[in-house]
Amino acid sequence: MTESFYSYTDHFTIIPALMMALFGCAIMIFDFVLFPDPRQKKFLLIFVVLAEGFAGYGLIKQQAWLAANLQSPLQGFHGSVTVDGFSIFFNWIFLVAALLVAMVSYQYLENAGEHHGEYYSLILFAQCGMYFLATGTDLITLFIGLELMALSFYVMVGFLRTEKRSNEAALKYLLLGAFSSGFLAYGFSILYGIAHSTKLVDIARAVAARGPWDPVVYLALITTSVGLLFKVSAAPFHMWAPDAYEGAPTTVTAYLAVASKAASIAFLLRMFYGPLAPFAVLRDEWWPILAAVAVLTMTVGNLAAINQTNIKRLLAYSSISHVGYMLLGLVAGNTDGITGIAVYLMVYTFMNLGAFLVLVALRRQKIIGDEMDDISGLMKKSPGYAVLMLIFLLSLAGIPPTAGFLGKYYIFLSLIETGHYVLAAISTLYAGVAVYYYFRVVKSMFITESTEKAPMATSFGLRVALGVSGALTLAIGLYPEPFLEMAKTSLLK
Amino acid sequence: MDQHLLSTILLTPLAGLLVLLFLPSGNRNVIRVWANLAALIGFLVSLPLVSRFQNGVAGFQFEERADWIPALGAHYHIGIDGISLLLVMLTTLMGCIAMLCSWSAIQDRAKEYYAMFLLLQTGMIGVFLSLDFFLFYIFWELVLVPMYFIIGIWGGPRKLYAAIKFFLYTLAGSALMLLGILTLYFQHQTQFGFYTFEISELMKTSMSLPTQQWVFWAFFIGFAIKVPMFPFHTWLPDAHVEAPTAGSVILAAVLLKMGTYGFLRFSLPLLPRASMDQNIVRILAVLSIIGIIYGALVCLMQKDWKKLVAYSSVSHLGFCTLGIFSMNPNGIAGSVMQQVNHGISTGMLFMVIGVIYERRHTREISEYGGLAHVMPKFAIIFAVAMLSSAGLPLLNGFVGEFTILQGAFEANWAWAAFAVTGVILGAAYLLWLYQRTMLGQVTNGKNLTIPDMNFREVAMFVPLIACAVWIGVYPKPFFDVLRQPVSEIVERVRPGYYHGNNQPALARNGSPAAAAQAGGAQ
Repeated sequence: MTESFYSYTDHFTIIPALMMALFGCAIMIFDFVLFPDPRQKKFLLIFVVLAEGFAGYGLIKQQAWLAANLQSPLQGFHGSVTVDGFSIFFNWIFLVAALLVAMVSYQYLENAGEHHGEYYSLILFAQCGMYFLATGTDLITLFIGLELMALSFYVMVGFLRTEKRSNEAALKYLLLGAFSSGFLAYGFSILYGIAHSTKLVDIARAVAARGPWDPVVYLALITTSVGLLFKVSAAPFHMWAPDAYEGAPTTVTAYLAVASKAASIAFLLRMFYGPLAPFAVLRDEWWPILAAVAVLTMTVGNLAAINQTNIKRLLAYSSISHVGYMLLGLVAGNTDGITGIAVYLMVYTFMNLGAFLVLVALRRQKIIGDEMDDISGLMKKSPGYAVLMLIFLLSLAGIPPTAGFLGKYYIFLSLIETGHYVLAAISTLYAGVAVYYYFRVVKSMFITESTEKAPMATSFGLRVALGVSGALTLAIGLYPEPFLEMAKTSLLK
Repeated sequence: MDQHLLSTILLTPLAGLLVLLFLPSGNRNVIRVWANLAALIGFLVSLPLVSRFQNGVAGFQFEERADWIPALGAHYHIGIDGISLLLVMLTTLMGCIAMLCSWSAIQDRAKEYYAMFLLLQTGMIGVFLSLDFFLFYIFWELVLVPMYFIIGIWGGPRKLYAAIKFFLYTLAGSALMLLGILTLYFQHQTQFGFYTFEISELMKTSMSLPTQQWVFWAFFIGFAIKVPMFPFHTWLPDAHVEAPTAGSVILAAVLLKMGTYGFLRFSLPLLPRASMDQNIVRILAVLSIIGIIYGALVCLMQKDWKKLVAYSSVSHLGFCTLGIFSMNPNGIAGSVMQQVNHGISTGMLFMVIGVIYERRHTREISEYGGLAHVMPKFAIIFAVAMLSSAGLPLLNGFVGEFTILQGAFEANWAWAAFAVTGVILGAAYLLWLYQRTMLGQVTNGKNLTIPDMNFREVAMFVPLIACAVWIGVYPKPFFDVLRQPVSEIVERVRPGYYHGNNQPALARNGSPAAAAQAGGAQ
C-alpha cells in the first residue's frame, strides 16, 4: 500500500484552510508595503473578502463532492482530516462569522485608535484553527487547530494595548486557557496510551474494547471533558468568559462568543457523538455528568446575568447559559438533539453577532459605550438600531417568531423525546429568567431616557452586517424550512 | 374572497402597521387617523364572517391550509367555528374601540403606540384562528411583546414592574405549556409515525390517563395564568392598574379570553379523559369558585377605581372557567357567552375610568362623589356599563351568568350555590362603587368643573351598549352559533351525553365502566 505524501484528495480536504493561512500571511507582508497610512488599513478587508471567497468556493466544491458521493465522508492525510456534512456546516458558520466581524472591525478599531493590519490576519488564522477543529479527526490535528485558534484569540483579546481592561482580559484568558489545554493534552496522552494511535477511529475502537467503567478510560474522559468544557465556557469552568468578553474589543468579543464557541462545540461533538467519537460508547458514564454540568451552566449563566450593569458582561453570561442549552441537546443525544445543537448554533451565530454588533456601534471616539446607561433611550436616538437590537434580544430570549425560539424548541423536543422531563422543565423555566435580564436592556432602550446625545458610530460595513444578521434572525424564525434542511445535513453518520 | 377571508382579517392590521411605519412620526394627527382607519377596516373586513357563517355545520369553516415548516409538521392552518367566530368579532370590534379611546390619551410616541396596537391586534386574531398548535403558539407569544411595551412605555407610575411581571408570568406559563404540546406531539409521532402539529391530527392520539393528566397540567398552567385563575391572578391587578386605558380595555376584553379559549379549544378536546378526571374537575371548579368569591370580596375593599374593576375581572373569569368545567352544554355555551359579555361590559368599565382619568388624573374613589350632577351623560353610560357587569336582566351579563349557573347546577348543585354568592357580591361592589362616585352631593370642589363626555367619547360606547342590550334581550342568535361547537366539545369529553347518558359528571366518571367507555371512544 503505497500512498503519496500529498495527493489531490489531501489538497481538496484542506483547501479552505490553506486559503485562510495564505491570505493571513499575505496581509502581514503587504500591510506595510501597500497601505502605510493608517487610514488605508480598511482596504485590507479586500484580502479577507478574497480569502473568504476562495474558502467559500472550496466549501461549495466539497459540498458538491459529498452530494455526488452520497454524503460518504472524504478523508485526507490518512484520516487526519475528514470532510463531511458536519465539517462543512460548521465551516459555513465560521466563515459567515469571520466575514461579518471583519466587516465591522475597521470602524471600531479606528475609533479605539488601534487599527493595525495584523488584526485581519489574526481573524483568518483563528478561522484556520477552527477549520481544523471542525474537520480534524486526529488528536494532533485537533489539538493544533485548537491552539492556533486560541493563540490568535489571546492576541486579539488584548488588542487594545493601551486599555488596562483589555490587557487584563488577555492575560486571564491566556493563563486559564493554557491551564485547560494542559488538561486536554493530559487526556489525549492517556487516550494515545490506550490506543497506540492518535486517530479518533482507532481510539474509539480501543475504548470500546476496554469495556464500561474502565478506570483509565474514565480518567481520560474526565480530563478531556474538563479541557473541552473550559473551551465552551460551561460552568464550573466559565470564569474566564465574562472577563475576557468584557475586556476584549467588542468585535473580538463577538467573534469569540460566536465562532470560537461554535468551533469548541464542534470539537466536543467530534469527541462525544458519532461513529468516530472516542467517548460515544461511554454514553452511560458521561450523560449524568453532562446533564449536571448543563443545569449548573444554565443556573450560573442566567442568575449571574440578572444583576449585570455592563451589557457585554450580561451577554457573556447569557452566552454561558446558551451553552447549557446546547449541552442538553447532547444529553438527549438523539437525532433531534444533535440537529438541535446545529440549529441552535446557527441561530445563535446570527442573533449573538447581531447583539454584539449593535454594541459595536455604541463605541465612539471617547465613549466606551458598553454600560446599560449607554444604550438608554436608543429608540429615540436611532430607532433602526433599537428595533434590530430588540429582534436580537427577543431571539436570544427564545420568543417566537424569531430564530432563537427554534433552537430552544429543538432542545426541548429532544429532551421530551428521550424522557428527560425534569431537565426540560428546568430549562424552560430558565428561559423565563433569561427574559427578565434581556428585557432590562429592552427597557433601557425603549423606556429610559437617554443620558448622552452623541450619535451612534456607524459605517457601511456595520450596516450591512447588521442587516444580514437581522434579516436572517427573522427569516429563520418565520420560514425555517431551508435552514432546518441545512442543519440536518450536518448530522454525523 | 371566501377562500382567503380569514387571512385577510388576520393580515389587515399588519398591513395597516406597515403603512403606519412610513407615516411621518411628527404628525400625530395623520398617525392617529390612519391607525383608527386601519382598525375600522379590520372590523369591516371581519363583518362578512357574520353573514356567511353557517350555523350547525360540523367542524371548521373558512378553512385555509398550507404547509409552513414540513420538517416540523407545522402548517399555516386557520379556520373558525362558532366559538372562535364570536371571539374574533369581539377582537376586531374591541380593537377598533380601543384605538378610538386612545385618541387624546396618548400624547407622545404616538407612532410606536399605534404600531404596537396593530401588532397586538394581529397576534390576538391569530390566536383565535389557528388550527395548528405551532402557529397558535407563535401568535400566543407574539401578543406578549406589544403588550409589554404598551404597559411599559405608556403606563402609570409602576409601569415597569407591572410590564415585566405580566411578561414573565405569561411566558413562564406558556413555556411549560410548550412542553405539554411537545409531549402530545411526540406521543402522536410514536403512534402514527409522522410529526404534526395539526390539532385535528393530534386529537386522534390516544394516551394513558397519567400522561394525559401531565399534559393537562402543563396546559393548565399556561392557560390559567392567562385567564387568570385564582392562585395565578396576581399579575392582573398590576397590569390593569398601570396600563393605559386602551391597554386595559384590550387586556380585559380580549387577552384574558385567550386563556379560556385555550381550555375550550385544546385542553378539553385534546385531553378528554384528563378533563373528565374526577380530581382535576373538582380542583378546577373549586379554584374557579374561590376566584369568583375572592375576587368579589377584594373588590369590596378597593380604594382605587381601576383596581376594583381589575379584581372584578378575576371574579367574572371565575364564572367562565366554572362554566367550562361544568362540562355540559349549558356551562360551556354560557362560558363563551360570558367571555363575550365580560369583554363588552368590563371593556366599557375601563373606558369609563379612562374618560374620568383624562379629566381628573386620579383614580381614588374617595376623590369623587356626586358626579351625576356634573356629568349626566357620563352617569348614564356608566350606569349601563355597571349594570351589565353586575348581571341585571335584559342586559348581557345576566344571560351569561344565568346559563353558567344552570350548567354548574346540573354538574353539582353545591358549585352553583357557592358561585351565586359571586353574583350578589358583584352587584354589591358595583352598586357601591356607583353610589360613592356618582350619587349624592359633589363633595370635592375640583369635580364641579369637569366637562361632560364629548361626541367621540359617547360614540365609542354606543356600539358596546347596543351589543349589551342585544345580547340581553335576544341572545338566541349567539346561542345558535354556539350550539354546534359546544355539542362537539361535550360529545368529545362525555361521549354519549346527548343520548341519555347525562348523569352528573362526577358520578358517571367514578365508575370504572364509564371510564373504560370514555377511553374506548377515542
